[in-house]
Amino acid sequence: MSPPLFALERVTLDLGGRRILDDVSAELPDDGITCLVGPSGSGKSTLLRLLNRLEVPTSGVVRYRGRDVASLDPLQHRRQVGMVFQRPTPFPGTVRDNLLVARPGAADDLLRATLERAALPASFLDRVADDLSGGEAQRMCVARTLVTEPDVVLMDEPTSALDPAATAELEALARQLADDGVRIVWVSHDPEQVARIADHRFVVDAGRLRRG
Amino acid sequence: MGEGAIGWGGLAASLLLVGVAVALSVWRRLGLEATILWACARALGQLLLVGWALAALIDDDAPVALAWLWVVGMVLFAAITVRRRTPEVPGAFSLALAATSASAVLSLGVVFGLDVYDAVPRAIIPIAGMMVGNSIGGTVTASRRVIGELADNRAEVEARLALGLPWPEASRRFVRAAVRTALVGQIESTKAVGLVFLPGAMTGLILAGADPVDAVLVQAAVMFLILGCVATNAAIVGLGLTRRLFTEDHRLRPLARTEA
Repeated sequence: MSPPLFALERVTLDLGGRRILDDVSAELPDDGITCLVGPSGSGKSTLLRLLNRLEVPTSGVVRYRGRDVASLDPLQHRRQVGMVFQRPTPFPGTVRDNLLVARPGAADDLLRATLERAALPASFLDRVADDLSGGEAQRMCVARTLVTEPDVVLMDEPTSALDPAATAELEALARQLADDGVRIVWVSHDPEQVARIADHRFVVDAGRLRRG
Repeated sequence: MGEGAIGWGGLAASLLLVGVAVALSVWRRLGLEATILWACARALGQLLLVGWALAALIDDDAPVALAWLWVVGMVLFAAITVRRRTPEVPGAFSLALAATSASAVLSLGVVFGLDVYDAVPRAIIPIAGMMVGNSIGGTVTASRRVIGELADNRAEVEARLALGLPWPEASRRFVRAAVRTALVGQIESTKAVGLVFLPGAMTGLILAGADPVDAVLVQAAVMFLILGCVATNAAIVGLGLTRRLFTEDHRLRPLARTEA
C-alpha cells in the first residue's frame, strides 16, 4: 500500500508564544482536490505552510509520501510541493520575467504552454505583471508555480481577493489540474466553495484537524 | 596659541548663540531649555575630556601603539552604539564590530599603507575617528532598512522561497534596495560638498590658517575614505544580517520591526 500524500503525526506548532496547531494527526489522500476548511485563525494556513516547510513543527512529524519533510532538501521539496498564496504576488517585470524566476533559462515554448495550462493566453508573456487584473495575476502565480513541474500545488485561500467570475475561473483551473494528475491542497473558509470543489475535506478548528 | 585657536574667551562668546536657542525655546514655550543646556554642557565636557586625552596620545613622544589601542576602543564603541540604536537587529553588536573592523582595516590600510599620511598618532586618531564615526550612520541605516525591506515584502520573499529559491536569491532585490538607501546619503553628501556645504575637516583647516587648496586635498581624501568605509559597512551588514534573518532551511524568521 502506497503512503498517503502527506501524513501529520502528532504535530504541534507554537508561534509567537501562541499554540497554533495542537497535537494534529491526519493523512491527506494522494489524489484530487483536498480542502482544509475552517474559520479565520483556526490554523489552516499555518498547516498548509508546514507542508512545504515554510514552517516547521514545534513537535511531531510531517511526512511527504512517507518521508519526513525535515529530512528532505527544502528547496527541492518546495519545487515538488508548490504554493499559491492568498493574494497574488507578482514580481517586477513581465509575465515572462516572473516565470523565469521560477525556472531560469526556460524556452518561450515551455512558458507559453505553461500559461495555457493556467488558463492564460500565451500572448500574456510580454504583459507587465503589475498591470494584470487580480484574477489574471493569481493565474499567473499558478503558472509560475506550475513551471517548476510540481507534484502538488498548495493553494492558500487563493480566491479571497477575487471577484466571483475570477473565483469560478480559478476553481475550474484547480479542477483541470487535478484531472491532469496534479494534487491540490486548497485552504478555504467558505463551506460553499468547498462543496463545489472538494474531493476530500478536512475541518480545521482551534488548532485541531478532523476529517469532515 | 595657534592662529586658528579661539581661546576660552572665544568659546564663552560662542555661548551667546546657545543663549539665543534657549531664549527662543522660552519665548515659544518649546520646553527645550534644559535639554539644550544639558546637550551643550555634555558636549563641552566630552570634548574637553577627549581633547586632554588626545593631547597625551598625539604627543610626538607618545608610543604609536597607544594610538592604535585608541582606534580599537573607537571600533568597540561604534559597535556598542549601533547595538543600542538598533535593538530590533539580531546580533547587531557582532555584525557592527565585524563591519566596522573591516572598513577600519581597509581605510587605514589605504591611508597609511600607501603613505597618504605618515602613521603617527596625530594622523591615526583623527582619521580613524572620521572613518569610524561616519560608518555608524551607514551601519544603522543598512541594518534597519534590511529588516524593514524584508518585513514589508515578506509576502514576495516567501513567494520566491516557495518556488524553491534559496534565501540569497529570494532576498537579493530587497537587500540591494536597503544597501542603496544606506549609501545614498553619503553619495549625496559627496556630490554636494563644496557647493552646498563646506565639510568639517576643510573648514577646520581653513580656520586654522591652512592654504585652502591644501585643505581641499585633505577633505577630498577624507570624503573618498568615508565613502569607502560607509560602502564597506553597509555591504557587510546587509549580507551578514540577511543571513541571520533566514534559517538554515531557507525560511524567513519572524521580524520585529522598529520604525527608523
